[in-house]
Amino acid sequence: MASITRRMAVALLGGGLVAAGSAAAQDMKSVKIGYAISKTGPNAGGANVTQIPNYQLWVKEVNDKGGLMLSSLKRRVPIEIVEYDDRSNSEEAVRAFERLVTQDKVDLLFPPWGTGLNLAVGPVFNKYGYPQLAFTAVTDRAPDLGKRWPNSFWLLGTSAQYVDALVGLLTKMRADGKINDKIAMVSIADGFGIDLSKAAREGFTKAGFKLAYDKSYPIGTQDMSPLIGEAARSGADSFVAFSYPPDTIALTDQAKIASFAPKVMFLGVGVGFPLYPGRFGANTEGIMSLGGWSRDNKATAEYREKHKAMHKRDPDYWGSQVGYSSLQMLEQAIERVGKIDRPAIIKELQTGTFDTVLGKIKLRDNMLQEGYWLIGQWQDGFYTGVAPARPGAAPVIVPKPAWK
Amino acid sequence: MLTDALIAGLTLGGMYALLAMGLTLQYGVARIMNLSYGELLVSGAFAAHWLFTVAGIAPLAALLLVVPAAFALSWLIYRVLLTPLVRRAPNREALEVDTILATFGLLFVVQGVLLVMFGGAYYSYSFFAVPVHLPGATVAANRLLALGFAVVVGALLYLGLTRTRLGTAIRAVAVDPVAAQLVAIDVRVAAAFAFALGGGLVACGGVLVSMFLTFNANLGVVFTMKALIVVIMGGVGNLLGALIAGLILGLTETFVATWIDPGLTLAATYAIFLVTLLVRPQGLFGIGRR
Repeated sequence: MASITRRMAVALLGGGLVAAGSAAAQDMKSVKIGYAISKTGPNAGGANVTQIPNYQLWVKEVNDKGGLMLSSLKRRVPIEIVEYDDRSNSEEAVRAFERLVTQDKVDLLFPPWGTGLNLAVGPVFNKYGYPQLAFTAVTDRAPDLGKRWPNSFWLLGTSAQYVDALVGLLTKMRADGKINDKIAMVSIADGFGIDLSKAAREGFTKAGFKLAYDKSYPIGTQDMSPLIGEAARSGADSFVAFSYPPDTIALTDQAKIASFAPKVMFLGVGVGFPLYPGRFGANTEGIMSLGGWSRDNKATAEYREKHKAMHKRDPDYWGSQVGYSSLQMLEQAIERVGKIDRPAIIKELQTGTFDTVLGKIKLRDNMLQEGYWLIGQWQDGFYTGVAPARPGAAPVIVPKPAWK
Repeated sequence: MLTDALIAGLTLGGMYALLAMGLTLQYGVARIMNLSYGELLVSGAFAAHWLFTVAGIAPLAALLLVVPAAFALSWLIYRVLLTPLVRRAPNREALEVDTILATFGLLFVVQGVLLVMFGGAYYSYSFFAVPVHLPGATVAANRLLALGFAVVVGALLYLGLTRTRLGTAIRAVAVDPVAAQLVAIDVRVAAAFAFALGGGLVACGGVLVSMFLTFNANLGVVFTMKALIVVIMGGVGNLLGALIAGLILGLTETFVATWIDPGLTLAATYAIFLVTLLVRPQGLFGIGRR
């Protein structure tokens, strides 16, 4: 019995090898793109809003055209997707990406969701020379990483960039006599909250602001009333929270319940999620956060409509448009190179100029330099970009209107 | 500030108690360590969300639909999935191990179904999120409602278990399933009833917390962990214990967050849990096993 099993196994294995060999010899039937992303676990909420819908939308659009135009083959080649769940676990993500490269032999990779996982899989992308267009990672190490791993691109910038923009806005408001010099800040005790609050603490202090309240809270905190209560008692005109989506909603809810309406209300991830205006309606007016959207950009408006048609909901107003642009960049880079030549594609991404929904994009030091918003504010039901100062930037509404 | 923290702590604690009562019935009486407990809670939350946003049924009315449905579903789970395990288990410890494995599998099934139906994105809706002004504090009406439900449901079930014939039968099964048969108690029916009642309770908790918590298909394990702490701390199978343990945890978290540091709330929770286990391993209101 054992010998038969073994013989069968050998036969199967041999057959498999032959099949694989002949497939490789055949002409390219598809461009295989692989990714592992958090479909389950704590990251799933973000991955499902900002990232996965973009992958699905872009792949569908390209395949509707017949695929990627590879001039070396003189025809379009459709995209085939290999997808894994990293279960929000960095070891799992590293294993999955290794597998995608070595077992599934994918031609290209899409990045995972979030700062932590993008940093974790960076070495794998680098080892095998795959371009990594990270668009849901914010890290102050982005400039160094771009140098150390030239194949990696950090499109959402550094925490210092966001903090500088916020400090700039607040400093101007203070100079205009609209807010006092006290700030109440809370942050989640996790990568994003720790990084941003650290940068903000330095930035605020340097600009002469006093942190009247400055605390972090653990993931999964289900009651925000002590935090809101203390922030309200601190006498600060500005409330800044580096929070994750469930806390962002809980903080807004609790501030409303406690009638705590600071003149400046800046909250973290989730303010730009479609869920947020759905939940708070007109009460979003004046609330600020990361990212932003251009009122007058027809391309992003079209993108939003396409996103809505496919997924029945709006994109996220921070990372989504950057993510979709990164996929457009990848598409154009591949088609300019004309074949799946990864070093050439990376080179093109580093040096080329691309037509995206955000406008013309040219990267410098593997990072986006302009064309996107750092700070946005809900104004009249639209999440408008307010900083940095560039064409289309709306003036900030301050003070935030009272809760309705 | 004191009343503020006190009331916030009580509402948070009421929510914890509400989350844990179903588990204390399932674990304490039916002897099923149900690891898929949190997933059933999240299912209740999704059901409430769906009924509210699609059918326009208010969460409180949804309770009338969701709780009986969860009761029936839990009964079914007990009869189909768990009864064979109960039958073949030589003793209580073996049953515990078997049910942990079986419900661990169930966890992934329920989570998978939720992911297919709703995806992994966050869900949230606003209902009854109006401020209630109490002397010295303002609190959200929906949280107050959850506290009220926890107290009323806890008290009713406690009375039901201690004062009625069925309740006494259920407690007899919890104490000794073999001896219970000698006095003509149908053990399988009593245990199935306790398990199903726990299922109804957890769905009730899910519906109520969905009014103020943001949830997604992956949040179940968070609730299972919290409920387990409350159950063990209050004494397995003791509803009043669950209520009081929940309130203690809620008050501790709020006091620590207000006067010490919000970053230490988790540490405080586990410190209290540890101390309880060291001083009273059977839980605050538990009866030591003979």
